[in-house]
Amino acid sequence: MKRFRAELHLHTVHSACAEVEMIPPLIVQRAMDDGINLIAVTDHNATANIAAVQKAALGYDLTVLPGMEVQTREDVHCLCLFDTLEQAAAWQAVVDAHLPNLVNRPDFFGEQYVVDETGDFIRSETRLLAISTNISLDDACRQVTELGGLFIPAHVNRTTNGLLPILGFVPQGIPIAALEISLHITPDQALSQFPQIAGYPLIQNGDVHMLDSMLGANEFFLEDVSIAEIRQALKQENGRSHKILLT
Amino acid sequence: MNLQQIIDALNLTILTEKKDFSLIEPASGYTSDLLSCVMAGAAKQGIWVTLQSHGNIVAVAALLDLCAIIITEDAKPDAATISKANEEGIIMLATSEKSFSVCGQLWSLGLRGG
Repeated sequence: MKRFRAELHLHTVHSACAEVEMIPPLIVQRAMDDGINLIAVTDHNATANIAAVQKAALGYDLTVLPGMEVQTREDVHCLCLFDTLEQAAAWQAVVDAHLPNLVNRPDFFGEQYVVDETGDFIRSETRLLAISTNISLDDACRQVTELGGLFIPAHVNRTTNGLLPILGFVPQGIPIAALEISLHITPDQALSQFPQIAGYPLIQNGDVHMLDSMLGANEFFLEDVSIAEIRQALKQENGRSHKILLT
Repeated sequence: MNLQQIIDALNLTILTEKKDFSLIEPASGYTSDLLSCVMAGAAKQGIWVTLQSHGNIVAVAALLDLCAIIITEDAKPDAATISKANEEGIIMLATSEKSFSVCGQLWSLGLRGG
């Protein structure tokens, strides 16, 4: 088994709320400096910068998983992680069809830049991305899982866009792979404040909007990187394992 | 004031099974879309006004022994949620009106916060 330190919730400049430093080469460099060898790119309702980060990581010991942080109808943020750009594109098509057609106001929300692997500007997305799609959390979870992805409600303890404050408890009967806790809480504190999360695998990420918040708090032991391997690790199955490193 | 009078006055759509709503007297009203707040703040036998239509609303209403949920802005609970509400005996009503307007009308009818 190979050891991976993973940051699975990371925004690029495609997310209006991310700092301008969140461009592919700087993301890769910081991951390398911090000993992180697995990241997922998870922009708000968007996937356009994933390929650029993957290209920037070529030649480094760093795997970049395609992902998205989708905002469901209920205002809940959820990580969607995939093996391939094709799966991410298929999910993006669903999201695009359910995203209200509003125009971004860069002066208020910030710019939404699509960039190349060097961080150079390609275009500015004009459609407002960081808003609720009209997809229910349950439907999103089922569809992402059917596409082969992992569905992980993000920062579940957070009052803003977190599953537990908004929906009270974890919905039953849907294939939720794990729950993400925010960087401001330890797993023990999360379990004590929210006993309803007992039994779910927990991951922790920096919800990285600036380079300094990269945590790499997830330690995985995997044969190689794939959604199937991570799924087993979250369940501590077949010799794969996962734990949250106390940072 | 009974629930049938409220249904008539607000022209609410009944999503769950029909019953004699005139026998049900809501004690108070409450509104929030954050289910954690509802769990902490809504009073027993109250009417809950929300635009949240996720299946978890049924469990929250059952947990708190709420009288009925009014789902606003045309938010549509799915069939599984409606069926769960019927199983739990939770009354779900719907309207295209906004929560603000529904609360105003309930207030005019004499309903108060719990």
